[in-house]
Amino acid sequence: MPAVAGISTAARGEAGRAGEDVRSDLHVSFEERAGGGIEIDLRSRVDVYYGTSIRQQVRDVLHALGVEQAHVAIVDEGALPFVIAARVEAAVRRAGRGKGKSSLPEATAFPPPSARDRLRRSRLYLPGNEPKYFINAGLHGPDAVILDLEDSVHFAEKDVARLLVRNALRAVDFGAAERMVRINQLPLGLSDLEEIVPQAPDLILVPKVEAPEQVSDVVGAIESIAETSAVRRPIWLMPILESALGIENAMAIARASDRVVALTIGLEDYTADLGVAKTAGGTESLYARMRVVNAAHAVHVQAIDSVYGDVTDSEGLLRWGEASRAMGFEGMGCIHPIQIGIIHRAFAPTASELEKALQIVAAYEDAQARGLGVVSLGSKMIDPPVVQRALKLVARAKQMGIATPTSASKALIGGTELSSPAGGQS
Amino acid sequence: MSAGVATTLITNAIGRRVPTLVNGRETMPYQGVDGYRPSGRKAATPVRSNSDYPANGDKRVPDLETALRLCGLRDGMTISSHHHLRNGDQVALTALQTAARLGAKELVWFPSASFPCHEPVIELMKSGAVHHIEGSMNGPLGDWCSHGHMRGLGVLRSHGGRWQAVQDGEVHIDIAVIAAPTADYFGNADGSHGKSACGSLGFALADSIYADRVIVVTDNLVPFPCIPWQIQGNNVDYVVEVDSIGDPEKIVSGTTQITRSPDRLRISELVARFLRDSGIMREGFSFQAGAGGIALAFVDYLARMMKQANVKASFVRGGSTKYLVDLLHEGLTGYILDGQTFDLDAVRSIASDPRHVPTSPFTSYNFHGKGNFASMVDACVLGATEVDVNFNANVVTHSDGRLLHGIGGWQNCLSAGCTILAVPSFRDRIPVIVDEVTTVTGPGELIDVIATERGMAINPRRRDLLDAVKGKGLPIRPIEEIKAEVEKICGGKPAKPRLLDRPVAVVKWVDGTVLDTVWQVVDDNPYAPQVSGGE
Repeated sequence: MPAVAGISTAARGEAGRAGEDVRSDLHVSFEERAGGGIEIDLRSRVDVYYGTSIRQQVRDVLHALGVEQAHVAIVDEGALPFVIAARVEAAVRRAGRGKGKSSLPEATAFPPPSARDRLRRSRLYLPGNEPKYFINAGLHGPDAVILDLEDSVHFAEKDVARLLVRNALRAVDFGAAERMVRINQLPLGLSDLEEIVPQAPDLILVPKVEAPEQVSDVVGAIESIAETSAVRRPIWLMPILESALGIENAMAIARASDRVVALTIGLEDYTADLGVAKTAGGTESLYARMRVVNAAHAVHVQAIDSVYGDVTDSEGLLRWGEASRAMGFEGMGCIHPIQIGIIHRAFAPTASELEKALQIVAAYEDAQARGLGVVSLGSKMIDPPVVQRALKLVARAKQMGIATPTSASKALIGGTELSSPAGGQS
Repeated sequence: MSAGVATTLITNAIGRRVPTLVNGRETMPYQGVDGYRPSGRKAATPVRSNSDYPANGDKRVPDLETALRLCGLRDGMTISSHHHLRNGDQVALTALQTAARLGAKELVWFPSASFPCHEPVIELMKSGAVHHIEGSMNGPLGDWCSHGHMRGLGVLRSHGGRWQAVQDGEVHIDIAVIAAPTADYFGNADGSHGKSACGSLGFALADSIYADRVIVVTDNLVPFPCIPWQIQGNNVDYVVEVDSIGDPEKIVSGTTQITRSPDRLRISELVARFLRDSGIMREGFSFQAGAGGIALAFVDYLARMMKQANVKASFVRGGSTKYLVDLLHEGLTGYILDGQTFDLDAVRSIASDPRHVPTSPFTSYNFHGKGNFASMVDACVLGATEVDVNFNANVVTHSDGRLLHGIGGWQNCLSAGCTILAVPSFRDRIPVIVDEVTTVTGPGELIDVIATERGMAINPRRRDLLDAVKGKGLPIRPIEEIKAEVEKICGGKPAKPRLLDRPVAVVKWVDGTVLDTVWQVVDDNPYAPQVSGGE
């Protein structure tokens, strides 16, 4: 789209951040010009090592976006290539150029497709416009990472964050973590989906859902984008209920689509909606949380709790997590990696629970083998729902890597370890 | 005269080209970790007679200028100072500026380390008052030296190497200027009390024993006797009382904050688990860790594991901080053997707890001693700017070739039973694991484990450690694999800086031989991060 000579002023656009307190990001200032090719003015803290490579990358991105004449000023704080690509593209787009084109970074291998009922004990929130937290997020062993485009991104930066998250989904190895994205509410969320869905996220968190139609709208958008971009991996949904109305409609929302695999609750917004204070004990949200648990179980999806806001209080987090598990939740959010190990510990079965369940499962298998309809343990008859619960508990414990009786001790799976390494002690 | 005085370069035992002549003195190239056995007799100070000193023991003179005059200050002398006051020190610079005002030229400054607060020494080098620095050059001084501005070669020594150089006569200290947080008029001095308290004064001990003349400068003159004393007044010529020897806020930190960086916490936890799972953490063991963010968090994790396993250390070595003091108070260690004291809790502890003992490079590190503590420590956790695939490591230069840090006790600590370098796998997109380090500061055969957030590499020489942690769930990986992964993340191997074939400094090994050369840098990147401290 060439500028019309004599009428338009030069197209300009800026994106990203630089400065002494900024790491792993860059600021790009793009200005289209009439001739002279591409001129790059680079100041980088890694100039000696990657100056040449950064200049080349910027040229490649501009070329992919159809820009051949421009002045680009960059202040770089050691950004990785996928970040550089996203920021340059954002600056070009803000200048109104590069429409319909994009410049995607080299793709890393995706993890296996996400199973509907996989473990979702911990999901680590990553602010969508803060690239420095992305690259190592998977190392801390969360069950999922959430690249957040909603509340952690300033309204004026949504367009820029969206490209960064897109590139991260494509280029960053998050290890075994499920790759989740929290989009904005529709209609803004539609623009998010257009960039995100072609990169095959495993799950989309839909914020502030109050009615099943909101879920259907998101599903419609995902399906049409997935089809045009030939994405065949499953993309699951986790609606976030954050208002009194949303809570009341929990059941209908959970049933709105087969893609819904979990329901979760946002306590900040929910308590604000009620006009009450959010307390450490959480009495004010007890009904809402129970309602989420019940609705989720009614339609066989996971119930996932909110976050625990005090990063320094690991005891409080552990207590909250244990109470949460006791209520029927299967996981919660993390706002710092040090919460991951504590949450995994909280959501693990206790040693005695596991021991008991293993005995019941053994008795059940024995009864099956002998063709008996009644399962008994010692002199006690075990009811079928108890057997079912034990089977489920043992299956989950296996997924957590703690299913043998000898290792079924909380000290071994949690203990002093605040976080377990990816692929660690299982 | 220039840094590149025509000198022969030869290749030493670790394959590095090093000068054989350093500041006019024949110097032995590195012969291997234990390859060099110097002989002869140790250096000694001139014979003195106590009748030349005041019988009442009062050695006070009005000011530093008088003291320097009385010490016979003249051109070309070597003036030493210690760095226990860190970036808050005012004494070393004042001493050099005073000497310059008195007209002295071509001085050699021999600090145990320098800090950004010493940047004005550059002006003294430009004016000719100071010829060159032999000692750690951090931040601005290192940068200046890297650009080839210093006359004479910088000589970087470890804390132990500094004692060795003094003892075998390689460096002769003409005048030692010792900043003392507490002293009496006789010259007994200590660091654990006073408004400028810094804890141990161990780095000044060699200077007090071996310098021709010794000046103690204090801002807390107490009646005789100064108890306890770490510097003996019997070695001191003059005592100068001043209003302030430094800025207390920059001498020690008020509270030491543990890192909140998830990646650094992960590295710290892995190191602690390594000690536990390898069996190094056992009843009566010992360890050393510095005061960096990773080291502090490591101590915190290890303390929890020690409690859980009901294991106590017999001693720990500092750099001491609140975290080591907590170990002492909780009965998790019998003693802290303290080389330098980093925060207020540690200063209070060393001043009041007899189990918290000040040490010196003599007890801990000296090559010419009959043994030293560092080699008796079971495990030591250190940092590095770069590590290579042969486990050689660099702590003095950055990958861009700039000299920005001193060696500290780092080289000496490599003699611990298990040496672990705890480093992020990359910093600001710059990979830390490289094919070949810019400057070898430590030979790979002494470095056992590299711990990064992406996994830990064990030196293949340490079959015992590899076996000890097998099946323990630690992310042990070949170093090449971690390197390749990081290079992929960072977008390929970093380009090498252009360096001139002109030495600006040499790195000594602990025995006084030359391990490697620091070359003059060509490119100036005004946007490269400034380095604010450390040693």
